[in-house]
Amino acid sequence: MPATTRPSALSPSLRGWLVPVGSVLAGLFAFGLFVAAIGHNPFEVFATIAEGGFASSFAWQNTLLRAAPLILTGLAVALPAQAGLVVIGAEGALALGALAASVAVSPIAAQLPSQLVPLAWLAGGLAGMAAGGAWYALIGLFRARRGLNETISSLLMSYIAIAVFNHLVEGPMRDAASLNKPSTLPLPSESMIGSLPGLEVHWGLLLGIVACLLAQIVISRSTWGFSLRVAGGNPRAAMLVGLPVGTLIVMACVAGGASAGLAGAIEVMAVHGSANASVLAGYGTTGILVSFMARHQPLAVIPVAVLMGGIAAAGSLLQRRLDLPDATTMVLQGLLFVAILAGDAFRPKDQ
Amino acid sequence: MNPSRRSMLRAAGATGIVSATGLPLAAHAQAPITVGVIYVGPRDDFGYNQAQAQAAAILKKMPGVKVVEEEKVPETVAVQKTMEAMITQDKASLIFATSFGYFDPHVLKVAEKYPNVRFEHCGGLWTDGKHPKNVGSFFGYIDGAQYVAGVVAGHMSKTKKLGFVAAKPIPQVLRNINAFTMGARSVDPSITTRVIFTGDWSMPVKEAEATNSLIDQGVDVVTCHVDGPKVVVETAEKRGIMSCGYHASQAALAPKGYLTGAEWDWSTPYKELVEAARNKKPMINFLRGGLKEGFVKMSPYGASVSPAAKAAGDAARASLTTGDFVIFKGPLKDNKGGTVIAGGTKLEMTNVELEKMNYLVEGVVGTIPA
Repeated sequence: MPATTRPSALSPSLRGWLVPVGSVLAGLFAFGLFVAAIGHNPFEVFATIAEGGFASSFAWQNTLLRAAPLILTGLAVALPAQAGLVVIGAEGALALGALAASVAVSPIAAQLPSQLVPLAWLAGGLAGMAAGGAWYALIGLFRARRGLNETISSLLMSYIAIAVFNHLVEGPMRDAASLNKPSTLPLPSESMIGSLPGLEVHWGLLLGIVACLLAQIVISRSTWGFSLRVAGGNPRAAMLVGLPVGTLIVMACVAGGASAGLAGAIEVMAVHGSANASVLAGYGTTGILVSFMARHQPLAVIPVAVLMGGIAAAGSLLQRRLDLPDATTMVLQGLLFVAILAGDAFRPKDQ
Repeated sequence: MNPSRRSMLRAAGATGIVSATGLPLAAHAQAPITVGVIYVGPRDDFGYNQAQAQAAAILKKMPGVKVVEEEKVPETVAVQKTMEAMITQDKASLIFATSFGYFDPHVLKVAEKYPNVRFEHCGGLWTDGKHPKNVGSFFGYIDGAQYVAGVVAGHMSKTKKLGFVAAKPIPQVLRNINAFTMGARSVDPSITTRVIFTGDWSMPVKEAEATNSLIDQGVDVVTCHVDGPKVVVETAEKRGIMSCGYHASQAALAPKGYLTGAEWDWSTPYKELVEAARNKKPMINFLRGGLKEGFVKMSPYGASVSPAAKAAGDAARASLTTGDFVIFKGPLKDNKGGTVIAGGTKLEMTNVELEKMNYLVEGVVGTIPA
């Protein structure tokens, strides 16, 4: 068959990889200029970033531990994005997931012999997913039935969810012993989720990676995923060919909310042991950044979340070693974000 | 200086080569020590974190003490990793974890992993037999300073209405609201304090709204218990009313209306804990103090404070410092009319009963939410 297009200098798949890598390098270069402008040696700064985030086993575990919740909250934005929705209320869904898990795990774990405690985690995880998913279902319904803008409604719903969380944690669900830090009843330490074998990173990391892999397979290989992408790409065309666009929108929202809810449940079961204000550390917000940088591709959410985790770990060392303020890491995040969005202009058309 | 030379020097310091070779460090009789200090918010917040950072700055001037700091560390795995990184990457042997929420589970978890490192937590929760031996808690009784601020506010107020912007209705906050109110009412029992809870530690917009709302209700002195009192004090100054500060001094933000304020002086416990750690003295697990011990202090009086108010404030401070005067003693009524401390009962500052406080005293206008 004769070639129908002019051969490009680079194949699309190679360009598909080169563009994000090049964008990250451009962002880093801009950050180097910024660092030099405020009177620091950029090479020393980059060496510190490498040491803090990536250059040792300790640094990698630090990075991965920080990345774990971001994978799930990134996915919470990426999944509704397949249906063309910009849903940014993951912090609220995470709060409700945390609350649901804190209620579900303890009574179940108390009934089980110690070797069956993972069943209680399963229950906690499902409870968290159900809570987050149900909350996001409302956002999907508002959108599908009433045409309500999902970005605004998810943001406002997030505030409501956090207010409900605070009310319950400080009121009806408060452990009377938690005097100066209102919390729900703590899980017994033996019912906490532990670390991955050989690592000091909890199982939430693996769950997040598995969730991203599953999401990618469903989206790119299943009929459901194809329908979803058609609905997201052109809702009117999707309706003309008879796709249930409203249902797809709600389902995508439920999946996103479940992902954020699971993140909250894991925070309670693996890190905090109870639901309290510390659980709301902004993971839901950073997830927005992660998903946009990953171009809403579930598989790409993983490396981007790891990059964000690494920047946070590196920022920690930058503060201690070079006395740079915390805002330095935000500048780096911002420059990378802008560089990756700008890199879109160079992407092959079919991507 | 390149990183490898730094780590060489650090390693040398840790193994004592430096003192053997007679470098200047050896001139100090005491062992060098690296101290890690972790803040939950920005170091320059004019509030809670700044008060801690001021103490860290004093540590930095002590010979042989190296301080590594990290700000805006959330109460998540992030603080666990920061503590570990301070220990492994910076060779810190003493950690000051300054936010209340760092303690359980984060400090407890990391402390078990590093039994040779001392962890000092600001908040006061360490319990013998329950928590690791290498963990300690330090805290200050700041209700005495709040009482003195209340006395000064009571003297200065013309409308007899004071305002209090509070974060969460937890015992520590309620205790401050009550002590401030009781100080003011010791001057004039007709004085009332209106309280508004914002719901969280750092809510600048709500804090400004609350301050404005209090001023609209006729309040002419406002104070607060939030992480960063900046917004409250600035709003008060802009609206032309008086203010009392909290955590650190906010005098620079309100040159006209700033009366005084209840400040922490964390350098007192910091210095004691550093000396104990570097001289390998036994771990100090429980360390507290008030005005007398120098854990808390008053901001210097502002320009507008009258001589009578100054005299009354000084007298209150003196009697609280000697311990002759006890703030919480019976009979004491809450603002619903019920008796919360029976007649004849005196609850000294150190009494743990006060750490479960769940009421607002008579004279406070407001209710505890939830």
